[in-house]
This record gives sequence, structure tokens and C-alpha cells, in this order.
Amino acid sequence: MPFFNPSSRPDGAPIVEIQNLWTVFHSGGSDYVIHKDLNLTITRGQVLALVGGSGSGKTTLLRQILGLETPTRGQILVAGQPVAKLGGKGATSRVGMLFQHGALFSAFNVLENIAFALRELKVLPSELIRDAALVKLQMVGLDAKDAYKMPADLSGGMIKRVALARALVMDPPLLLLDEPTAGLDPEGADGLCALLRSLCQELELTLVMVTHDLDTLHELCSHVAVLADQCVVANGTPEQVMQHPHPFIQHFFLGERGARAMGLLPLTPLSG
Amino acid sequence: MSVTSPFDSDPSEPGLQVQDTAQGRVLRLRGRWTVSSLVQPKVWESLLARLGELGPAGEISWDLSGLQRLDHIGAQLLWNHWGRRWPPQLQTLAPQRSVLERVARFSAAQPQRPRRTLWQRFTALGALVWRLVDHLVDLTRLLGQLLLDIARLARRPREGPWRDVTGHIYHIGSTALPITALVGFLIGLVLAYLTSQQLKQFGADAFIVNILGLSLIRELGPMLAAILVAGRSGSAITAQIGVMRVTEELDAMRVMGIALGYRLVMPRAFALALVMPLVAVWTTLSALAGGMLAADLTMGLTPTFFINNLPNAVQVANLTLAMGKSVVFGFLIALIGCHYGLRVKPNTESLGQGTTASVVTSITVVILVDALFAVVFKNVGI
Repeated sequence: MPFFNPSSRPDGAPIVEIQNLWTVFHSGGSDYVIHKDLNLTITRGQVLALVGGSGSGKTTLLRQILGLETPTRGQILVAGQPVAKLGGKGATSRVGMLFQHGALFSAFNVLENIAFALRELKVLPSELIRDAALVKLQMVGLDAKDAYKMPADLSGGMIKRVALARALVMDPPLLLLDEPTAGLDPEGADGLCALLRSLCQELELTLVMVTHDLDTLHELCSHVAVLADQCVVANGTPEQVMQHPHPFIQHFFLGERGARAMGLLPLTPLSG
Repeated sequence: MSVTSPFDSDPSEPGLQVQDTAQGRVLRLRGRWTVSSLVQPKVWESLLARLGELGPAGEISWDLSGLQRLDHIGAQLLWNHWGRRWPPQLQTLAPQRSVLERVARFSAAQPQRPRRTLWQRFTALGALVWRLVDHLVDLTRLLGQLLLDIARLARRPREGPWRDVTGHIYHIGSTALPITALVGFLIGLVLAYLTSQQLKQFGADAFIVNILGLSLIRELGPMLAAILVAGRSGSAITAQIGVMRVTEELDAMRVMGIALGYRLVMPRAFALALVMPLVAVWTTLSALAGGMLAADLTMGLTPTFFINNLPNAVQVANLTLAMGKSVVFGFLIALIGCHYGLRVKPNTESLGQGTTASVVTSITVVILVDALFAVVFKNVGI
């Protein structure tokens, strides 16, 4: 199928539109509703955090945007096109994905991991592919001499950066991130946040991330969408969302003590 | 003079236009110089050909301001075409300039792929030998540990991991019955058919019972069963234990003070040693059934004749020998599967290599041990 040009759409235009989405899982003879008539629009240039409790369907939603899972009902449009039509050769020119544990190919070295999608196009010469992969490697803050290292020889932070370079190799306008700072020490997490912020500005990226890390959220995100009760209960800037009275939001942003202080959770006396 | 590219029909397709002006030749780029546009059919070749025709980049004035979009691949293409240096005259917009500057900055470093020296190759050979020694040491240690675990079980049989053993008996034995029966039946059928063609020439039709009986009961039945189980369950054992390594389950067991040998290796070795002779008998029976059918069809030897003559043709010692070596085969397949599983490193490549090595080693060892049995017991049952 031909490539489409998400970036040709004007700034502020929707890049992801989730419309009337239902996700139902069947397990042990029972149905579990994960998403119930969920609607969400992400516009170009946003850095959106998807937050929610365990089992609220954040990662499932991310996988549905990527086309890795099919919703039970409703549709997801990426740059105006249904996700189902996005797969196939060159898919990484539309959406990049940074998986939680990097998901590097352990049989390939760093350079081969980054260049893999370009090589599979079977058109570009190997010298150009190598140069382009080296540029992306250095853009994520790694040294060119790391190019021939194997994934097993990399630290957790380096794995994330190589995975990020791989996700960006075809300059997608949309980047999805699943817990980008999970497993990193505070210094590594800060470094990755700073890198993502600068890449966002340089490459005019739209970021959608699942995160539980409040520091990352405050550091990076322009918008927050909260998944609870099987739908998006709040969507806006972090400041706007924090004002929402939903117990999960208050619990998430203020902590249990803050939520009780605001009368959003019942006070329970200490026993003993 | 104005020369245009063949992509003028679609303004988004990457294209270039040469104009001869009073200031010299000007090359105007237009369309989308992005990876998705560049790799479209015929676009890449045509564009390279057009760039090649233009000659040295330095003699032309480059105008990129008409581009709809320039990504890093498009910029890399231009940068490489310019000989990795800026052309004397270049007109760009700010976003294009920033992409080009990034490519220029990061294209400077050209790391060399590490190459092995002669000395490193020599030491790699030594490392290979050490790895082989390491395998033997590990295997010996595993065998020793298994014997100690069996002794521990003998002291306190009630505390043994019997649920694991019965689970493995089901997964390795019961679920293997259909495939071993099918393969055995077909092998018996083919063997009897080919043999009957030869025997008929000499009028020695009745000897098919001797040939099939001896070869299937003594050799082929146990071997076939062992090779099938090694391919089916030996690989599964390595993969199971290997995935436990990848997901840190083995480390969790160690931390809890649970002996890996006692809970992982011994139940599998027990189950396989117990199941293997039964599967071998089952495979042999299926192969004999196939042979009987072929003998009936090709030579008119009835199944009754076949069954009545079989005890005279094959001594019971052959069956005992077959079952005995099947126990050894099962034990070895389990031991080798566990050995490779426990050596898996926490990455997918190592898991694949371990599984392959496990199956190859198991089958090789089964054949070697079978040859050893043939030599040692050459006077038994014949």
C-alpha cells in the first residue's frame, strides 16, 4: 500500500482519533469490558500521557493505536486513516514505538537494530542506510563507537536510547512510548526526559506515552488523559486534570493523604 | 535551458529541475524528499540517475527552498551526493538547514567495524576447546547431582516431586503416542514393502517376519521413538528451562532455596526414563502393524501367520535389550535437554541456539549409544 503523509496535515490537526471504542476480553467464559465507548483525540505536537490504574487498558489502547490489537467495536484513525490500513512495509514511517524493555533484536548489533526497517525496504544502498542509522544513533546521545555493540553489552539506559533511535529511524511524526523511564535510575530517567523533550522540538514529534511516573509526566507532558471506569474521565493539561474530582485522579496526583485531606476519600481511623 | 525530472505530474513526488541562469546552473529541488516518497517504485533509481547526470555538486547552485519536506534520509542522500561537504551555493529554509546540519554533524564519525586479529582467532579456537571442556564438566556435575537427588529421593520418597513426574509423563509420553504411532506405522509399511520386493525374487517370503521382527523390535523401534522424543520433548525441555532463565524464574527458585536439580532435572529424567521404553514398545507395535499390512498386501502373508511366527523369529531377549536401552535413551535425552536449558543466557538468541544444540546433541548421543549397545550386546538374542 502507498505511504501516507501524516506530517502534511496542518499543525494542531488531529493525528490520532479514537472514536466510540469498545474493547471486550473473553476469559474463562466471562466477558471483561476494558474500554466502553471511549473517545479521545490527540492533536499534532501534543505530548500526551495516558494514565490509569492497573488493568485500565492503557497499554491495550497503545497497542490498538499501533494496530497490534483490534478493538471489539469503534475505530482508531491515525492521520485520518484507519489503523487497520497502516500495517506493512514502511509502517515505521508513520508511527514509532518505544517498548518498555526496548525489544531490541538480540541477534543484531546496535547499528543493525537501528537500520533494520530501512534495510527491509530493499531500495536504499547500504552506505546510506549505515550513515542514516549512525546519525540517529548519535541523535539519541550515544557514541558512534557503540554502533557495533550487541544488546547484551548495553546498560538499561543505552537499550532505551537504541530502541528510541530505532523507533525514529524513518522520522515518524507520531511516537508511542510504553513506560519510557521504567527501570531507569533517577539520573537516567532525567536524561531520557531531556532527550525526548529536545527530540520533540527538533523533529516536531507528537508523543503518546503510558507512564506511572509523575516526575516524567510533569517534566514532559503537555496533556494528560486519564483512563478510569473504562473510558477517558479527564483530558487536558496536567493542571486542568489535577482539578478533576475523580478519586483515582486525586489519588494519583496528590497521593492518598492528599485525597483524604480534600475529603475525596473516606477517613479511616488507625486501628490498635 | 530547463530540464525537469519525470515526476512533474505529482507535486509531492521528489523531483529536481535544472535551470541555466545568468549566475550559472541552478538546481531546484521540489516535492517530499522523505524516505516514504523516495522508496516508491522507480523514484529512487530515476532520482539517482538524474543526480548522476548533473556531475560534480560544487559546480551547481542548490536551491532547496521549494521542498515540501526534507527528512533525514533525504538529507543524507544529498549530503552523500555533495561528497560530505557543503556546496558553495546553497539556498534552504530554516527547517531544512537544521536537518542538514544534524546530518552533517553526525555523519562525520565513521566507526570501524571491529575485526578479529590472527591472535584473537587463535585464542577463539582455544575458547572453543574450553567451552567443550566446560560442557563436559557441567554435564558430569549435572549427572552427579542427579545421582545425589535420586539418593535423596530414595531416603524420603514421600517428599518427592511426584506431581511434576506425573505431569511430565503425560506431556512427554501420552501426548507423543499419536505421532510415534503414525511414524512407526509408515516406516514399518515402507520397510516391509521394499523388503518383500527382494525376498520374492528368492522365494524367501516367510523370512520377512524374521527381518522385520528383529530389525524393528531390537533396533528401529527404540531408535525411532528416541529420535522422535528427542526432537519433540528434548527441545521442549530446553526451551522450558531456558525461558525460566530468561524470565528469572530459575533465580527466584534459587533464592527460595529450591534445588534446581531436584525440582527440574530429576522429575524430567525420571519421567523420560520411565516413558521411553513404553513409547518404544508402542512405536515398535505400530511399525509391526504397518509391516504386517504390507506383507499381507504384497506377499499374501496373513497377520495370523505373522503373529504366530514372530515369537520363533525374535527371542524375548531382544525386547528386553530394546527396553533397557530405551531407559538409557530417555535418561540421556532428559539430561541433555536440562543441561542446555540451564546454560541458556537471558536472551532470545541463546535460547534458540540452546534448543538447536540440545536436539542435535540428543539425537547424536542416542545414535552413538545405540551403536555402543549393538557392539556390547552383539551375542544377545541373535
